[in-house]
Amino acid sequence: MNRFAKSWVSAAISLAVGVALLFGLPGVMDDYTLIEVTIYAVMSILGVSLAFIWGFGGILCFGQAAFFGLGSYTYAIAMMNMGDSTVPFLLAIVVPALFAALLGYVIFYGRLSDVYMGVITLTVTLILFNLINSTAGPEWRIGNAPLGGFNGIPAIPTLNWPGQQDEVLTPKDLFYVTFSCLLLVYLGLRVLISSKIGRVIVAAKENEQRVLLLGYDARAYKLFSFTLGGAIAGLAGCLFANWGAFTSPTIFGLGQSAQIIIWVIVGGLGTLVGPIVGCIAIQWLTSQIGTQQTFNSNLVLGGILVVFVLLVPRGIVPTLGDLIDMAWRRLRKTPAHAPKVASPAAAPKAPIEAPHALTATETAP
Amino acid sequence: MDLALVVLIQVLYAVASLVIVSAGLAVIFGMMKVINLAHGEFMMLGAYAVIAALKLGINLWIAMFIVAPIAVGLVGVVLERLVIRRLYGRMVDTMLATWGLSLLLVGIVTSVAGNTTAGVSAPLGSFSIGAYSVSGYTLVIIAVAVALSLAIRFVLTRTQLGLIARGTMQKPDMANALGISPSRVYSVTFAVGAALSGLAGGLLAPLTGVVPTMGAAFVAKAFITVIGGGPAILAGLIGASTLFGAINQLATFVTTPVLGEVALLVAAIVMLRLLPQGITGRFFKGSL
Repeated sequence: MNRFAKSWVSAAISLAVGVALLFGLPGVMDDYTLIEVTIYAVMSILGVSLAFIWGFGGILCFGQAAFFGLGSYTYAIAMMNMGDSTVPFLLAIVVPALFAALLGYVIFYGRLSDVYMGVITLTVTLILFNLINSTAGPEWRIGNAPLGGFNGIPAIPTLNWPGQQDEVLTPKDLFYVTFSCLLLVYLGLRVLISSKIGRVIVAAKENEQRVLLLGYDARAYKLFSFTLGGAIAGLAGCLFANWGAFTSPTIFGLGQSAQIIIWVIVGGLGTLVGPIVGCIAIQWLTSQIGTQQTFNSNLVLGGILVVFVLLVPRGIVPTLGDLIDMAWRRLRKTPAHAPKVASPAAAPKAPIEAPHALTATETAP
Repeated sequence: MDLALVVLIQVLYAVASLVIVSAGLAVIFGMMKVINLAHGEFMMLGAYAVIAALKLGINLWIAMFIVAPIAVGLVGVVLERLVIRRLYGRMVDTMLATWGLSLLLVGIVTSVAGNTTAGVSAPLGSFSIGAYSVSGYTLVIIAVAVALSLAIRFVLTRTQLGLIARGTMQKPDMANALGISPSRVYSVTFAVGAALSGLAGGLLAPLTGVVPTMGAAFVAKAFITVIGGGPAILAGLIGASTLFGAINQLATFVTTPVLGEVALLVAAIVMLRLLPQGITGRFFKGSL
C-alpha cells in the first residue's frame, strides 16, 4: 500500500471516528460535558485553519487569532443589529476572509518572506487587540452593539434556525452544529489538498521557484489558501461567540495566537488531524493548570513550545505515525511470514515510495 | 511658537524611544538573522532588574544604565547557550523557540513577582516652555538615543571587536579559518543585543508601568521598525524610527494614542508593500 492510499485510509478512519463521536457523544454525556466538548471542537476548527495554511501552504501566520477575533466580533455586532442569525453567521466568515485577502495581498504580492510574514501578522493581531481594547467608552458602538472595550461584549444572541428567530439553538444543537462544522472543514480541506489546486499549494510550499517555472502564479495560490484559512478561523470565531454568548479582546491577544501555534507544533505540522489532537491535549492541560493554581499557564505553555521545537520538531501525530509504520514493517518482515527469496518487484519499491512521504500525505494518529 | 517647539520635542521623543526600543533587536536580527520574539520580555527583565536594584538601595541612574543591561546580558548568554545555539540557520524554528521563551519568561516573572504593576517615578521633574510643561526625562531619552546610535556606529566600524563581529556574520567559515571562534562571537553578539534590550527596558521603566506582560506592548513596534529599516542595521534603525516615530506621534497628537499606533502599523504595511526590502534595501544600499 503506498503512502497516498494510506493517507486516504487514515482520513477515512478519522472521519468515521468523527461521525461516531458526533452521534455517539450526546447519548453518553450530560449537557455540561457536552458544552465542554463543544469548545474543544470550536478550538479544533481554529487549529485546523492554521494547520492548513501553515502545514500545507507553508505560510507561517502568527496572527490566526486576528481572524478568529474578527469572526466573533463580526458575528456579535451583526447579530445585535439584525436579530436573525443567518446573515451574521455568513458575515462572520466573509469579513475575516476579506481581511485576510487584503493582508495576504500586501504580504504575498510584496513578496515578503516567511519571517516577515510572521512578524506582520503578529503585529496586526496586537494592533487589533489594542484597538478593540480601547473602545470602552459609550461612544464606541456600531448600531445597537456597544464594543465594550476590555469588558468585551456580553449577552450575544446565539444562533437560531434559519428564518425562525424564536427557534434558538439548544446547547445540544450547538454541539451538533459545531462538530459538523469541524467534520465538514476537515473533509473539505482533505478533498482540497488532494485536488489539483491543493497539489499546487503544497508544491509552492516545497519550492516556489519551481512552481513559478511550471507556469503557476504561486502568489495567487498562497493568497487563496491564506484567505480560506482566514474564513475558517472566522467560522471558529463565530462559533466561539455562540458558545459563551460572550466575546472579549483577549481572543485577539498574544496568548491566544501562541496557543494556536503550539497546538499545531505539538500535534504535528503537515497533518490535519495532528492539530486537533494537539488542541485537545493543550486545552485540557491549560484547564487543568487553571484549576490547580500552582503553575503559571504561560510557564508551562512556553516550556512545551521550546521543548517541542528543540526535541520533537515533527509533533506527536507524525512521530506516532512513524512508530506505527516501523512496527508494521517489522511485523511484515518477520521470518515466519516473509518469503525466503524477496520478489524482485518488491525490492526497489521502498526507495521510490520514500519521496512521497514529504508531500501532501497524512499519517494515522 | 511654543506649541511648535513642544510638538517637535514630542516627535523627537517618539523617534528616540523607537530607536532605544529597537536597538537590541536590530543587533540580534540585523547581524545574526535571528528573530528574537522574546525581545519584549528582555525589556521586561530589564525593567524588573531596575526595580530590584532600587529595592537594594542602588542609585536609579546606576540601576538603569549598568545593572539592567548587565543582568539581561547574562540572561541572554544563558539562553543563547541553552536554546538559540541549536537553531542557527533555522529562522522559523528560532522564531517559535524564542516565542516559547517569551511565554516562559512571562510565566516565571509572574510566579516570582506577581501579576501586579510596580512603578518607578520619572526623575528630573519637568520644565516649562511658555504655557506647556515638558518632562526633563524626555530629554534624557532623546540624548540616550543619540548616544546609543553613535556608540553602535563607533563599535561596529572603529573597533577590532566590531570588525570581527561583522566578518564572522558575513563568512563564519572564513573567520573560523582565521582563528576566530564563530560560536563565541555569536554568543557575545546575542548578549550585547540582549543587554541593549535590557537597557531599553530599564530606561522605559519610569514611563510605563512594570508588569510581567509589558513586553507585548513593545515587540510589535520594535519588529516593524527593524523590518521597515531593512538590511543596514544603523541607517535602517534611524531611518525607520524617524519615519514611524513621526507618523505615530503626529497621529497621536491629532487623534488618540491607540490610533497613533494604528497609523504606525498601516504606514509600515504600506511601506513594505512599496519597499519589500525596507528603507535601506532601496535608498541607503551598502551602508551600515
